[in-house]
Amino acid sequence: MSVTDLAIEVVGATKAYGALVAVKELSFTVDRGEVFGILGPNGAGKTTTVEMLEGYRFPDAGTIRVLGLDPKADADELHIRVGVMLQEGGLSPGLKVSETLRLYAGFYLSPDSPERLLDLVDLTESRNTTIRRLSGGQRQRLSLALALVGKPEVVFLDEPTAGMDPRARLVTWEIIKNLRASGVTVLLTTHAMDEAESLCDRVAILDQGSLVAIGSPRDLTSRAGGNETRFTAPPNLDRANLAVALGLEATFVREAKPGEYLIAAEPTPELIALLALWLRDENVQLGTLEASQRSLEEVFLRLTGEGDHS
Amino acid sequence: MSSRRAILAQTRVELILTLRRGESLLLSFLIPLGILVFFSKVSAVKTSSNPVNFLVPGVLSLAVMSTAMVGLGIATGFERRYGVLKRLGSTPLSRSGLLAAKTINVAVIELMQIAVIVATGLALGWDPDGRFFLALLLLLLGTVAFAAIGMFLAGTLRAETTLAAANGLFLVLLFLGGMAYPLNRLPDVLASVARVLPAAALSESVRAVLAGNNFPWSELVVLLIWAILMPVVVVRTFRWEE
Repeated sequence: MSVTDLAIEVVGATKAYGALVAVKELSFTVDRGEVFGILGPNGAGKTTTVEMLEGYRFPDAGTIRVLGLDPKADADELHIRVGVMLQEGGLSPGLKVSETLRLYAGFYLSPDSPERLLDLVDLTESRNTTIRRLSGGQRQRLSLALALVGKPEVVFLDEPTAGMDPRARLVTWEIIKNLRASGVTVLLTTHAMDEAESLCDRVAILDQGSLVAIGSPRDLTSRAGGNETRFTAPPNLDRANLAVALGLEATFVREAKPGEYLIAAEPTPELIALLALWLRDENVQLGTLEASQRSLEEVFLRLTGEGDHS
Repeated sequence: MSSRRAILAQTRVELILTLRRGESLLLSFLIPLGILVFFSKVSAVKTSSNPVNFLVPGVLSLAVMSTAMVGLGIATGFERRYGVLKRLGSTPLSRSGLLAAKTINVAVIELMQIAVIVATGLALGWDPDGRFFLALLLLLLGTVAFAAIGMFLAGTLRAETTLAAANGLFLVLLFLGGMAYPLNRLPDVLASVARVLPAAALSESVRAVLAGNNFPWSELVVLLIWAILMPVVVVRTFRWEE
């Protein structure tokens, strides 16, 4: 893939606030048309990273390119081609929803239709409401519409669904999926693993300012290993006997709760066949059978050490 | 550089917001008019033969101070608090474009104030004998100085502190500004402090040119220093995020 197909290129970016190193030698690229997620616990450097891409902060070391341009030197051009949704704030409380959208439409030469966007983010009924009277979720949706009104090629969304109710969240997810379908590059930060799993082509996991993992959600979960096979059946089965039948150490088969069994092994076709044979031989009625992967959340907690104290 | 379209869009919103803020209109229109009418009818302090001739230049200066320093400063302080300035920073509206919109907004409000004050003054018997164009230039210079003071507060203090500081400064400068009563009514020490502040420099110089008196060189120098110094301070200290 040639350099021009990169929407975002970060090479060795470092940013410190006094003694606190917020981002440390961070490198990653995002292809055009990709939906890219940045995950990480609070204080991991997500917002600092996004704000360096947006041109609000400049790295102490390293280089950053957005659409091949320098967020500092080429700010004027980037402001035309990039849409931004801040983590919070940015709206004038005394202005109405439609006035705000019209203002932002006025900043661009060929903006998207404010009416269409109001409809898209489900705010048509609140168009004449002043922002001070909007709920947090409604403000988020207006901010999203403002990020899109300039028909951007790249959109930065800092925790776009924070504070949204489930319905608004789904609306937002749908909008992001449509952005990808129309070739817009989306970089978002999130705390919600289900959001990252269902929206992002790739995610980067940050911890204490450093990149600890990058890849598609599927890559990350399978790379992490530790997959298991679960089934339910009558309680108190002979687990040692089952382990022998499956060719595993006895400790690999556990009864998590009465009647709920856990085999610490990949749900390979062979394993499932051996399990089925054993069930037939022992004349055991199967309840449910589940091949489970580690969730992205488990991967995240393990990588960022957030699960250590739980 | 922003397109004219972007600056116009922002100017429109600046005006909408200013006209929607009741307390800022009170400060910009009712207080100057109230002082003009009250002090011209009630001779609380003896001034020249015609109190309206004294009051109109003072109240014009007060109007400029309220719009450029208090109105602009408080509005900008809260825009900084709410992240509005930050958010605008990633739109095609440049900082100079935003400044242009705010300047036009202040100018439009001031022209409205001047029209209302001049009309009221004339109705009360004001008979100016002077150089209106020079007075307008001085008011423009005062606008620069006061706007910069307002922006200095907005760009360095928390929004609530800016609110309190701008209103407090407004009161102090009203008392020390030679606006409602002459400076020589103040104790000598206060009067000499007042003479180096921008409020008295503006009102005294506008009064001199509108009365056809000698050109107020020393007031002009004081005003120029504030109008040059404060913008430099603002550029060096203004922080876009709270």
